[in-house]
Amino acid sequence: MFDTLLQNLINAMQWGSFYSLIALGYTLVYGVLLLINFAHGDIVMVGSYIAFFVATLFLGHYDLFPVALPGPLVLALTVPLTMILTALVGVTLERIAYRPLRRKGAHRLYVVITALMCGLILENGNLALLGASRKKFPELVDKVIYTAGGVSVTNLKIAVILTAVLVFVGLHLIVTKTRMGMAMRAISYDKFAVPLMGIPIDTVIVFTFVLGSSMAGLAGILFALSYPILDPYMGLSIGWKAFIAAVVGGIGDIRGAFAGGFILGFVEIMVVAFFPSTYRDLFAFTILLIILTLRPTGLFGVPKTTKV
Amino acid sequence: MKLLEIDHLEVAYGSIRALHGISLEVDEGEIVTLIGANGAGKTTTLHTISRLPPPEAPRLTAGDIRYRGQSIVGVEPHDIVRRLHIALVPEGRHIFGNLTVQENLKLATYARRDDDRRPADYDRVFDLFPRLAERRRQRSESLSGGEQQMLAVGRALMSGCTFLMLDEPSMGLAPLLMYDMFRALKKLNRAGMTILLIEQNAHVALQFAHRGYLMDTGAIVRAGTSAELLADPLIHQAYLGG
Repeated sequence: MFDTLLQNLINAMQWGSFYSLIALGYTLVYGVLLLINFAHGDIVMVGSYIAFFVATLFLGHYDLFPVALPGPLVLALTVPLTMILTALVGVTLERIAYRPLRRKGAHRLYVVITALMCGLILENGNLALLGASRKKFPELVDKVIYTAGGVSVTNLKIAVILTAVLVFVGLHLIVTKTRMGMAMRAISYDKFAVPLMGIPIDTVIVFTFVLGSSMAGLAGILFALSYPILDPYMGLSIGWKAFIAAVVGGIGDIRGAFAGGFILGFVEIMVVAFFPSTYRDLFAFTILLIILTLRPTGLFGVPKTTKV
Repeated sequence: MKLLEIDHLEVAYGSIRALHGISLEVDEGEIVTLIGANGAGKTTTLHTISRLPPPEAPRLTAGDIRYRGQSIVGVEPHDIVRRLHIALVPEGRHIFGNLTVQENLKLATYARRDDDRRPADYDRVFDLFPRLAERRRQRSESLSGGEQQMLAVGRALMSGCTFLMLDEPSMGLAPLLMYDMFRALKKLNRAGMTILLIEQNAHVALQFAHRGYLMDTGAIVRAGTSAELLADPLIHQAYLGG
């Protein structure tokens, strides 16, 4: 009984890590721009595909690079390259889709709809370019299973959970200790006064998209390593769930993204542990709805007040 | 020496004209005040000088703004602070309430390259406003209105400005605090700071400033030294309570 519980906890933490890493992207962008970047789930998908192409390139699948490198080295190259390239995709979206609207002073609603469109374009662009066949992500590192009592953990699960924890600590430091982080917090409170401090708003926004999208890229690799079948719509469901996780945690707050992500992970796994697995999303979202009813601003969110 | 020259400036929000060709100038080391009723275009003037993007500031349709002889019409708002050292303390203070007092001040040094002068500027701010030093670690939204105003001015000073624009710095302040604020500004001015100030309270503003302009519905209707304006029958009647 205890073993089963522990096993479930570990699985929950793995899924919580995925949700958290993705929820971060929603929360960072929302915190700075008050924009719900609905394309973010699809950026995760793009991240997985970028990881796929980078990894297969270094495995020697294309004429461009005819040497097959060893798996661990390929992984070591894939992680930073994917993060950089996915960040580039996020920044490009900001530059060509969101920034022109912002410049024209468009209402937030139109920007959100634009974000939804961008997501659809990414999905269908992928479909048009690569076709409907799924891609199988290569196995880069041998699977190692550690067993203690009735509990087993793979090296991959440990890596996923550890990555999420490190990202949380790293981001927390960036946001609380660095100038750029301070500027991000400042924008989230009062966008008007930021240029008056000599700070170019666009630089801070680009930095925010770099952070959020590179984390989406990271989530994309880890997800592809764990569940190695890629298709153009893979970002949809996990993206929506991560968005809900961000809202439950209190959108705009980094701690909230992690709390929400892990709560969603736990709720899902626990529902499956006791009920048929078809009940999973129904129960999970009902519970999250109850949390939001009790605390509409999310766990870490505070209703915004301004002193006049 | 002429520091700021505004030359037949016309601006519009959409199709609505907000300034109808105003001209004014500020010399180095001066305190100049813009007075006038609500909606006269005083805030619009300052926002236009700061080159804030729409929707905060209007579109410039005619005329020119020159700073040290150079047109600044095409300058980005952050470069107004960074390169030209023109700071604006906006109406309503706009401090970053989710940051501490210290962080607010530090953020304003973001774009500066003269690292060696920063400690001296912190000293100057804390010397002018000792209350801020006491509350350095406090979240700034917990400050009183007067303290928030001090922080807003302190923040502008930390940006390394040599030209300071203030939009109603006395709004919401008790009279005693208001005089404290003006004393602090006077002290800054004596140390070389050029100041352009908007004030609702024309009487206080004209006692404090060297020169002034009276604005009305997007135009300048009177200009002169403070003494001249204080003696002007129109101003006396409309703004100084008879």
